[in-house]
Formats: sequence, structure tokens, C-alpha cells
Amino acid sequence: MTIAATPPKPEDLKSILDKHRGTRGDLIATLEDVQERYGYLPQDALRFVAEHTGRSLADVYGVATFYRYFRLDPRGRHLISACLGTACHVRGGSAIVAEIERQLGVQAGGTTPDGEFTFETVNCLGACALGPVVVIDGHYFSKVTKSQVRQLLDRAREGFNKVDVARDKRVFPVELSCPHCNHSLMDRTFDIDGYPSIKMTVSFAHTHGWLRLSCLYGSFNVLSEYDIPMDTVLNFFCPHCHAELMRTSDCPMCGAPMVPMIVRGGGMIQVCARRGCKCHRLDLV
Amino acid sequence: MIDLTMNGLAVSVEDGSTLLEAAQFLGFPIPTLCHMEGLSPYGACRLCVVEIGEGPKSRLVTSCTYPAQEGLKVRTASARVLSARRMVIELHLASCPQSKVIQDLASALGVRQQRFKQEHEDCILCGRCVRMCKEQMAAGAIGFRARGERRSIGTPFDVKSDVCRLCGGCIYVCPACQLRCTYTEPEKAICGGCANLRPPCAGEEKFGQMMCYMDPCVACEIKKD
Repeated sequence: MTIAATPPKPEDLKSILDKHRGTRGDLIATLEDVQERYGYLPQDALRFVAEHTGRSLADVYGVATFYRYFRLDPRGRHLISACLGTACHVRGGSAIVAEIERQLGVQAGGTTPDGEFTFETVNCLGACALGPVVVIDGHYFSKVTKSQVRQLLDRAREGFNKVDVARDKRVFPVELSCPHCNHSLMDRTFDIDGYPSIKMTVSFAHTHGWLRLSCLYGSFNVLSEYDIPMDTVLNFFCPHCHAELMRTSDCPMCGAPMVPMIVRGGGMIQVCARRGCKCHRLDLV
Repeated sequence: MIDLTMNGLAVSVEDGSTLLEAAQFLGFPIPTLCHMEGLSPYGACRLCVVEIGEGPKSRLVTSCTYPAQEGLKVRTASARVLSARRMVIELHLASCPQSKVIQDLASALGVRQQRFKQEHEDCILCGRCVRMCKEQMAAGAIGFRARGERRSIGTPFDVKSDVCRLCGGCIYVCPACQLRCTYTEPEKAICGGCANLRPPCAGEEKFGQMMCYMDPCVACEIKKD
């Protein structure tokens, strides 16, 4: 499996260039946006930027290679940064680097052939008392030992987004059921955020398909069978009795209908039917 | 006109001239490597340092980039300047021991030995070629790449540039690769080995059509005899 690098589209780049045209220091800002868009700076994109800003490719390339932030190769799905600052170094950072290199089979600065990990070393992360520090996908790990590396890499593959409910009191799972037939809406065969998802049927603009919500209160992760455009107001149906979940009130934020569902254990939750609106109300009995 | 003192002499130079131009106009020799007439001043080689100011406040500046100022006191050959230049050229010599230009400058500045490890980088990153390509040839085919010890000069992505016209200007102005003595043992640092040189192009069929930037060319001189 290789990283599916989308070839840069001229119209995308054009809009990025138009955004920055004529502003001071526009080259770095432009390259930042290009990297934001593609995850790295594709060669074609650099040529395009050079051509349309009137700079020589040598200049653009010089800037792109000067700053460490810019990368010319596609990045892996997970970014691992191991600190090799003085404090981390004396606490054994180089051994951690060697262990990560050994387990991934790539040198620092490289990307694994399967496109899963990019590994790089950094010179200081400003957390010297916690060294050796390893950062994976924005998650900091302190006082890392060689024996932890395997576990960290496995967790990174799984994703750190699985919310640890036991630790975070703001996030808790809710079990919902249909207000008409009282069937559970939980789908135990399909997990979102590491917990069973809430499955419903939705319809919009002559399209009818499933929609799965995260059951974690406070998480807005959502998956759907069809791409739902932002701001679309959806009609919700129970997948069991096929009855429509009728509006009980209007969303205080956007005015769209609020759809009710029963919370197991007593209570009702109402969610806004507009895609992208995060308004919801939980009434516990 | 700007009035200033150069080496104790009250002089006046034209507005907008740099200290290097002033010194050259007045006949004070200042060695340079990255400076070239027709190219913008760059201040990379640090060889043209001069001392400005007086007493404890005096400091070293690169004369090629420092504009002449009213009342400035400049010394182009003080002990401090000379020792700084010797150090600079010794470092340049360590990165490019084979360069004839650098060897000659080192010799002229009285550097008789090398204390530093020879790196044979064949480039001192003076940027002459980059400026030549951009400013005189209006091509911009080569440029600096990366940073720090990985800094190098070359084309983007290390592929042949679309805008390069193979004019050879970059080679022509290069102080490091001009008349480079790469055909003797690299151990023999400060040359002298050229006496044993077998010119690479003399009598070789494959060099027949090539442009030559050597002036005067050792091989051609030998052929004449």
C-alpha cells in the first residue's frame, strides 16, 4: 500500500495563490497553504507557484528546502517526533531513536514503505524535565523507555482518538433508543470512537441512507452512507419501525428541527437535524 | 560626496559607494572572493572585512556591503583585520584546498600552513554563480538549497533545469572550481603538484568539442611548447 498522493490541481493552487497575491512575504504563506492542502510540497506545485509568482524555481526551491517545516516528500499517516535535545539525549533519547528506527525499519527523517509512519528527530520540545520525550500525532509521551516503544507504535496504528472514558469525565457514552418503538438504536457491529455507534436512517434531497453517530456525549464524529453537504437539514427515521423522528422543538442556534431520542436509563436527548450544527440538548430524568 | 577617514587619510568618495568601492578607488587593496563587479554585493566570504570606528567600539564589517558614511573611520589593514582575514582564508582553504584562487589568496595573506581538516567540498558557498545566473544571465537556474551544513548550490530537485542555457557563466565566475587541481593526489593540499599534471584534455578526442573556461589553459600552454 502506498500513499495515495493526489496530483496537485491547478485550480486549487490558483485559489491559494490568489489568496496571497501581492502580500509581503507571500511565498512562505503560499507554500504553507500548499503544504496544508497536500501534506507536503509536490514538485509540480512548486513549479506552478514559481511560474505564477514570477520567481525562479531555484528561489522557491531554496525557500522550500531552507525551512524544516516544509517537506518535499509525502508524509506518513502518523508522525513520530523523538526529541534529541540535550536533556532528552542524556536521559537516553538516542536509544529511543535507535529503537524506533529499528522497529519501523526507517532512518530518522524517513517514511515507512507502507506510508504508515514518518519518523523524525527534533532538537527540543521544551519539556526537558520529562525526557526522553516522544510526540506521536500531537500526543506527548514523557519518560519513554525502550520497552514502551512497541506499545506506543501499536497504539499509534490504532489511533489515539479512542477516548478513554474512565479518565475523561466530560465524555461519556449514552445508549439511545427510538421514541416510537423503543428499539435500541445502538449498532454493536460498527464502532465510532471505539464505542458502538448510533445507527439511524436519514433522508435528504431524494437520498436515503444510514447515518451513524458517535455515542459519546461531547463527540461529534459522524459517518454516513452518502456524502451529506454541510447545512443540509435531514429527516431522521428509526431503522427498526421506520417512523420519522418528528420535531419536538426548534434548534436555538440555527432554527432547524430538533430530533428526539430516548436515553436508556431515563431521559431524552434532542439533536439538531442540520448537518454541521452541533446543537443538542440532554434532559435526564 | 561623502567625507571619511580611511587608514588615517581624509578622503571623499562618491555618494552611494560601498567601503570596498571606496578603498579600491583610493588604491587600498582589499582581498575579495564573493565580490564581483556587475553582481550585487553579498558579503558571504567575509574576506573583505575592514575595521570601522575607534577604540573599544571598533568593529569588523564586510566592506563590500557596508555603505560609506560621513565621518566614518575605516582601517583596511589593521592587525585585527589581517588576523581575521587570515583565519577566514584558512577556513576557506580547508573547505576547498584545491582551489587555485584560494591558494593564491592564502599565500598572499601569509598563510603557510593549514590547521584545519581538509574537507574537499569544492564550494565555499560564495554565491557568485547563483548571482551570475540570476542577475547577468537572467536565468535563475541554480540557487542555494537546504540550510546549515547541508547547504549546497544546484538546480531544484537536482535535475537539469528548464531555464539553464548551458552558458557556463557559473563555472566561469567560480573561485573554487576555476583551475582546480583535482588531478593530483588530494593529500598534497597546497598544490605544487601541478608540475606533474597531465592535462586532461590534451590529445583526448572526447574533449575536442568542449568549451574551455581556463584562461590561460594549462593544457593549451603545454601543447604550444
